[in-house]
Amino acid sequence: MTIPVNSLLQCALDDERVFERSDYEGPVPRWCAGCGDHSVLAATQRLLADEQFQPETTVFVSGIGCSSRFPHYLKTYGFHGLHGRALPVATGIKLHRPDLDVFVVMGDGDCTSIGAGHWVHATRYNMDMVALMLDNNIYGLTKNQTSPTTPQGYPSNTQPRGSWLPALNPVEATLGITNASFVAQTAEWIPPHLFATIKAAYHHDGFAFVRILQRCPKYTAPLFEEGLKNPDSIELLVHEDGVMVDGLENVYKNQVRHDPGDIHAARRLAEEDGRTRLGVFFRDESRPRYEETRHLQAITAEEKVTRLSEELDLHAV
Amino acid sequence: MTTKAQTEAARAVPSDSGEPRYEVFELPEHTVEIVSDSGEGAQKCGQILGAVTAKMGNGVWTVEIIPAEIEPPPRSPAGGSGNRVRIGSEPVTNWGDETQLMVAFNEQVLMGRHRLNALADDATILLENIWADHPDETIRAAWQEAQSELEKTNYRIIEVPMQEQCLTVVEDPRRGKNMFVLGMLAWIYDRDLDLCRDQIAHAFRKKSEEIYKRNVELLELGYGWAEENLDFRIHIPAQPTTDPMVVMNGNEAVALGAIAAGMELAAMYPITPATSASHELGDVFEKFGGVVHQAEDEIAAAGVAIGASYAGKVAYTITSGPGLALKTEFLGLAVMIEMPLVVVDVQRGGPATGLPTKVEQSDLLAAIFGQPGDAPHVVMAPATIEECFHVMVTARRIAETFRTVVIVLSDANLATGVQPFRRPELDPAWVAAPPDLSPVPEGLKPYDWDAKTGLSRRFVPGQPGGMYTVTGLAHDESSRVAYSSAVHQRSSTMRSRKIAVLQSTLNPPEVYGDDSGELLVVGWGSTRGAIEEAVDRLRAEGMSVSSLHLSFLSPLEPGIKEIFSRFEKVMTVEINYSDDPDAPYINEENRRRGQLAWLLRAQTLYDVDCWTRVLGEPLRPRAIANAIRQRIETVEGDIA
Ligand SMILES: Cc1ncc(C[n+]2csc(CCOP(=O)(O)OP(=O)(O)O)c2C)c(N)n1
Ligand code: SF4
Ligand SMILES: [Mg+2]
Repeated sequence: MTIPVNSLLQCALDDERVFERSDYEGPVPRWCAGCGDHSVLAATQRLLADEQFQPETTVFVSGIGCSSRFPHYLKTYGFHGLHGRALPVATGIKLHRPDLDVFVVMGDGDCTSIGAGHWVHATRYNMDMVALMLDNNIYGLTKNQTSPTTPQGYPSNTQPRGSWLPALNPVEATLGITNASFVAQTAEWIPPHLFATIKAAYHHDGFAFVRILQRCPKYTAPLFEEGLKNPDSIELLVHEDGVMVDGLENVYKNQVRHDPGDIHAARRLAEEDGRTRLGVFFRDESRPRYEETRHLQAITAEEKVTRLSEELDLHAV
Repeated sequence: MTTKAQTEAARAVPSDSGEPRYEVFELPEHTVEIVSDSGEGAQKCGQILGAVTAKMGNGVWTVEIIPAEIEPPPRSPAGGSGNRVRIGSEPVTNWGDETQLMVAFNEQVLMGRHRLNALADDATILLENIWADHPDETIRAAWQEAQSELEKTNYRIIEVPMQEQCLTVVEDPRRGKNMFVLGMLAWIYDRDLDLCRDQIAHAFRKKSEEIYKRNVELLELGYGWAEENLDFRIHIPAQPTTDPMVVMNGNEAVALGAIAAGMELAAMYPITPATSASHELGDVFEKFGGVVHQAEDEIAAAGVAIGASYAGKVAYTITSGPGLALKTEFLGLAVMIEMPLVVVDVQRGGPATGLPTKVEQSDLLAAIFGQPGDAPHVVMAPATIEECFHVMVTARRIAETFRTVVIVLSDANLATGVQPFRRPELDPAWVAAPPDLSPVPEGLKPYDWDAKTGLSRRFVPGQPGGMYTVTGLAHDESSRVAYSSAVHQRSSTMRSRKIAVLQSTLNPPEVYGDDSGELLVVGWGSTRGAIEEAVDRLRAEGMSVSSLHLSFLSPLEPGIKEIFSRFEKVMTVEINYSDDPDAPYINEENRRRGQLAWLLRAQTLYDVDCWTRVLGEPLRPRAIANAIRQRIETVEGDIA
């Protein structure tokens, strides 16, 4: 099902153009001051320029939420669709056009609540795309309702006496899904780590799921205070096959060497034990990718008619 | 082995007494059904008979008789599974009236059909004879009980030793009776045995040569048995046509139509009666560079189709009522972002899980109005199996030209009905062109609505200079989120205008029968053949009745009001629920009407009446004719 791209045109464009970060910048974001979404946007724009993405073959797909406004602030193609349904749309795009670079941006409610079914299946389809889950532990856009990732006891407008249940752990959950191929966690307030993680996700062949801890100064500021003020509360997973950022060791003293090829160690590290671990938990590029197994050669209209005619012969009277 | 030539000879052979051994009835049409327990293969028998009959130049309409469960308990009245074949010398457009000849593998499936009033008063029944003396006492008792009920009927029941005969060829008669029965029917209807063999070979093409041979042996056994033992044959003249014809069911037609339209992605989640279209497609689509994507649910299926359309080529998603409900939000999004999308809804009985295998036309208003917010889009309904093919080509074109959603309303009757039709003359121009990835001209906006028509050009990822973000939020021409109220008014106008523009390109529907008169019957979808047959019968009786069949439900075709004005009374005939006007509590103000009637009343201000039924089966021409007769009498009463 590939679409024949006008390759001459493409080459001509490739040769001449050099993209600056500003080439990817759309209108001024309307997020609150201090919102972590700004940092993710900045890191993404940096990556786009760093990798010289062609703006016209790059698509950002999102759901609905504060975080899902993301594509509007970029100068690439964008699809700001329905709450929870970014992944199916991205699946359709990639199935049809494997030549496009696809990024998916979701909120925690978007991904782990209303879109949870799609999250499981997109992980299993393992199509080559980057899925960024911007986790502020709350429903931001709808003004402060409990999300599946809200820590137990933390109050919101819908659960004013505190969230009743233990928070869902998205990293642990994704690692539990068959055919998961890349699972990472980062925090937007550590820009070099954020950047390196998104970059690693982009370079992964397959579905790269990144949970980004994201500050929401409006509704969940207390939840991120510890991580911000106390670097010792954070543990970095480091490995040549994962993410290694020079210089971070000066601030983040807790470092664990973790081989992302080890799924059992990954699952152990993902378990809740009061530590916030950042890095690549798991990575395996040998897992089958749905768009590869389903990839077919385009055929011409005339050829289609010929083959369909043969098909009709089977039904001929 | 019996050949065609020998059959011809048999006609002339008198019995010992000098009287012909059998009587040949020359008939313009006849309806036969074959019903067994699930898994005994009556469906295959009916399918082969239908295909052979079509190939011989007869009109055919085949309907599946399907229980809701895969393998319901054996010998249960509601568990009958099979096929009903209406054979005519003219083209057959619908399933007709009651069944005239039935082959029943046991008396319980016969009782099931009897209680559904499926059989003509004087039907002939060929019934398996092993049950009367069955070792199991409860079975014998059940047989006796059925006998006493059947004695009160006028059926002619002929007991046939199907099992006994089949055991001479196979060990497990459950695996062979269907081909024996096919042989009997081939003799009764004088079907060409070579064609039967070819069709058996086709039907079992994935099985071994040995299985083919055994089935042919059973076919010949049944043929020979019938020849020896039956005293009637039915001759329905055929009119072999020189037009090339194809035969298939409506779901196969939808699938092949999608290919003809150049679609390359079908996103679906299994649901009866839509799924078989994806079976057909799944089998062949890859040859055409296409993918059937079985999504995790219907919502995802809609999203995947929309994503594929966005990426450049119109995709379709296919489902039935419960799935359409789930797709609702995505359909609203597609309308809002003006993303071409084709949605096929193969309607079944509802609400909820309803009647999964049975026909109904109850999704009309949901299809048109079911999306919260104002979501103008197109709704079409094929009326024949041939139209199931062509509608996909038209729907794809409309979706693309008007950047909108097109919902195609098929139904279980079309999905499972098998009918020969003129072989489509395929045209490469039907096939969607690859997306144009050339740079977007400077200054062009993603929704550069033409102020008069609302039409605009779609940008596709890959086009330099066209980068924008589609959004389900209200937006302006540049797809920027709208923060001023006027923007929404204007964009809503533009999206709505397109539907009017489409309507301006349509032809007024053609009246069947006289252009004016006492009563106009209006229908839509799969009921066309049955309605027109009823109209023919009534006109033959001298009644002033015509009919009108609508292919577009949103927008309605032009000129409908003018057509209505030429008739004294207008009524719809539909397979959906409406209150009987004489029922308790029901009055003019609270009466819930047929869905098309509701729509036509709103759009035309005519006092459109309706007659509808939800019996879980297609309408019968006789029932329609009766209902119309009553209405005509009321009209005449009003005038007098
Ligand atoms: C079907 C549907 N249900 C509910 C909503 C309302 N809604 C919009 S965003 C949102 C939750 C947003 O939370 P999250 O996904 O965490 O994103 P955030 O705003 O926190 O970035 C909800 C419930 C909607 N738009 N659509
Ligand atoms: S509410 Fe929270 S998540 Fe939303 S923009 Fe404001 S700070 Fe960001
Ligand atoms: Mg959130």
